[in-house]
Amino acid sequence: MNLTLKIWRQANTSAQGKMQTYPIENVSPDMSFLEMMDVLNEQLINKGIDPVAFDHDCREGICGMCSMYINGEAHGPDRLVTTCQLHMRKFKDGETITIEPFRANAFPVVKDLAVDRSAFDRIQHAGGFVSVNTSGNTQDANAIPINKHDADNAFDAATCIGCGACVASCKNASAMLFVSAKVSQYALLPQGKVEAADRVLNMVKQMDEEGFGNCTNTGACEVECPKGISLENIARMNREYLVASAKG
Amino acid sequence: MASLDSKIPEGSLSDKWTNHKSHINLVSPANKRLIDVIVVGTGLAGASAAATLAELGYNVKAFCFQDSPRRAHSIAAQGGINAAKNYQGDGDSTYRLFYDTIKGGDYRSREANVHRLAEVSTNIIDQCVAQGVPFARDYGGLLDNRSFGGVLVSRTFYAKGQTGQQLLLGAYSAMNRQIGRGKIKMYNRHEMMDLVIVDGKARGIIARNLVTGQIERHGAHAVVVASGGYGNVFFLSTNAMGSNVSAGWKIHQKGAHFANPCFTQIHPTCIPVSGDHQSKLTLMSESLRNDGRIWVPKNLEDVKAIREGRLKPTDLKEEDRDYYLERRYPAFGNLVPRDVASRAAKERCDAGFGVNKTGEAVYLDFASAIVRYGKEQAHVKGLDEKDSVLVKKLGQDVVRSKYGNLFQMYEKIVDQNPYEMPMMIYPAVHYTMGGVWVDYNLMTSIPGCYAIGEANFSDHGANRLGASALMQGLADGYFVLPYTIGDYLSNDIRTGPIPTNTPEFDAAENTVKDKINLFLTNKGKNSVDHYHKKLGKIMWDKCGMSRNAKGLKEAMSEIKALREDFYENVNVPGTDSEFNEQLAKAGRVADFLELGELFAKDALERTESCGGHFREESQTPEGEAMRDDENFTFVSAWEYKGEPADAVLHKEELNYEEIEVKTRSYK
Repeated sequence: MNLTLKIWRQANTSAQGKMQTYPIENVSPDMSFLEMMDVLNEQLINKGIDPVAFDHDCREGICGMCSMYINGEAHGPDRLVTTCQLHMRKFKDGETITIEPFRANAFPVVKDLAVDRSAFDRIQHAGGFVSVNTSGNTQDANAIPINKHDADNAFDAATCIGCGACVASCKNASAMLFVSAKVSQYALLPQGKVEAADRVLNMVKQMDEEGFGNCTNTGACEVECPKGISLENIARMNREYLVASAKG
Repeated sequence: MASLDSKIPEGSLSDKWTNHKSHINLVSPANKRLIDVIVVGTGLAGASAAATLAELGYNVKAFCFQDSPRRAHSIAAQGGINAAKNYQGDGDSTYRLFYDTIKGGDYRSREANVHRLAEVSTNIIDQCVAQGVPFARDYGGLLDNRSFGGVLVSRTFYAKGQTGQQLLLGAYSAMNRQIGRGKIKMYNRHEMMDLVIVDGKARGIIARNLVTGQIERHGAHAVVVASGGYGNVFFLSTNAMGSNVSAGWKIHQKGAHFANPCFTQIHPTCIPVSGDHQSKLTLMSESLRNDGRIWVPKNLEDVKAIREGRLKPTDLKEEDRDYYLERRYPAFGNLVPRDVASRAAKERCDAGFGVNKTGEAVYLDFASAIVRYGKEQAHVKGLDEKDSVLVKKLGQDVVRSKYGNLFQMYEKIVDQNPYEMPMMIYPAVHYTMGGVWVDYNLMTSIPGCYAIGEANFSDHGANRLGASALMQGLADGYFVLPYTIGDYLSNDIRTGPIPTNTPEFDAAENTVKDKINLFLTNKGKNSVDHYHKKLGKIMWDKCGMSRNAKGLKEAMSEIKALREDFYENVNVPGTDSEFNEQLAKAGRVADFLELGELFAKDALERTESCGGHFREESQTPEGEAMRDDENFTFVSAWEYKGEPADAVLHKEELNYEEIEVKTRSYK
């Protein structure tokens, strides 16, 4: 396949960025999207052009590090995959592909397609945990049976990889899907219930301080989420938040 | 010469850890506040250690090269974590887990360390559940288990096919709590560039901010390296793109011995290579071998027809299939340990039975499991067990609930539906049992410098059993290091903060800067990846699944030549004051180019076959690996002397008090 790539180039956070066009030839349909980017970078290096910076690590769809906005969609046109698991067979020979970083005020560009998602970490610092010290003397793991339905729902919420596709897809750059996934995981488990009220209040407060937008229920986040995190989590977080605020 | 005292405590094996904990020195809570500890790496071992040390009261500085600690490659572990809980009542015990791990490691691991690992395994599960890790549960609400290779009990806890992710997020959440309290200072997108030694003790590191390029000095009373394994020396492996040996190699250069570098695990169930563009390989969890049956066609004509697309594997009759693991190893069947399964796949493919275009793939088939589960479900629901369409659908639903995300991943990569067609798999480099040598306290041969998790060598011998890596990472970080490090730090309560404006820090920083300048001013003609790929090919061809003296000698000289070429002709674009991935990668590949040669030297020296190290000169008439206990029951610990070829071998003899060393048989 031969393709034309239009890629966002930006030297650093404060520099002005712009789209640059690069042709690329002999792309195999079996390549992953990032392997195609590797080939491009190898060509750029050999021509003496600065290679395109992009975040990536595990290339198995689980670390959440890759983050491209491809043809107007976070992680590209395929569903339930991250960019590293997107394959070139999803594109046509001769196609022009537009590649941008995940855009949001709370995700400043580091360079080219790499963005700073440390706002997500700070939200987790505010309450994304159960306050239990490491002792080896907590009660036996089977002491509290957990209804399989709740356990499965908690697991589904916990599969969030923190990539930020939800924020990039949202017209308001809202982080509600990300935050609600963590709030839900703990709210559904007995271990997390003790601190549930403080957790939801603190995490939402931090989310607002980071400059993420509000949720207007368009559902774009759920569509683009590579792990299929459900909007039900946002509903659950709203309930948790209301109850916690009322107790205030 | 640094000593090789393993410091194994006195007493009977089952009492050693308890007695040791009771007798080592402690640091009082008030004094812990005066002590700084650096942790490099935030995978399961690093994150759990950082969190626990901070909970205890130490001031922790944690470093990771990713943009968040949550992304460390422990996250990609799929299958599960072992613990001797005996929840299934199938006869499991601490001793049995200990025994299986020693045997699985082909009698090349340290008995006392492995027993301790088995002892604390149960605490890990309790701790993780208390943190809110969502392990799989049964309908009664209790924790579910499954079985893994090389064992005859079900002791593996799991969270679908994402156990590593859930455990890492648990450790990450524990870190987050301490970051929020200010007890951990987190340095994301930072790389450790060198270790600083003052008066013979590890007293800090030089780090580089990967976004700005700034070189930073960090002092501490102890340094913990938890930087994972070195599988990427093969270029293609199941490791993450950024996984590297550099932190381990830097401390090796500063005096830490490097142990058993040739003990590498080639994992049997990975997705086969599809072409030259391949950047990494993807593992399919070993748990799939619980329900998948591995086979190739019995007849070469059928192999040919399949490769040419004239025949589908599903059209092949049962009697025309060779379920070679079930044939060769009836007792363990498809659940033999990883090294055995990998070599058996290579044997069949080398004999011409590989089922894809490259001839390097075998089938992993779920058809019988789908029918078995389907019939069971039909029976439970009172439906017609003879309705094959219904049975297939019900069976597929069960398989989807167990392995859904793995099947989805396979389909995305290979573009084939594994519910209908058998998967194709082939072995790939996965885990490195070798690593930095540590004593019983997990301290390296440098005082105050520790290595934990995959970065050290101690618990898995020559071959790691499935679901034991997560167990070891968390055991080291939650339950071992936080105790043992106190014994050392109890001497530092009056030391005060470590200053960084000293000649030792100056010298280390200058070395780092010189190396960076060298790369940037070289302006050679080849990219960093050019060298990494060449190194990987030498490693795979000559230090891979089977090795011989001739190939290993060639590998040593070829890697040395490649390293010289690298320093002469590598091209690293950009500058040192920006986000420069090529520059970061150049430093990592430079270290792999040294490690690779030591790897080959270690493999050459060990003329026996054991575990993941198969020497062609040492095999039984049936082609099984043949150990040489008389001459090789030791750990090879290499002392750095500049050129890898000049490294000096120290031997730590392994004594087995509790276990009778036997020929490993899974037949």
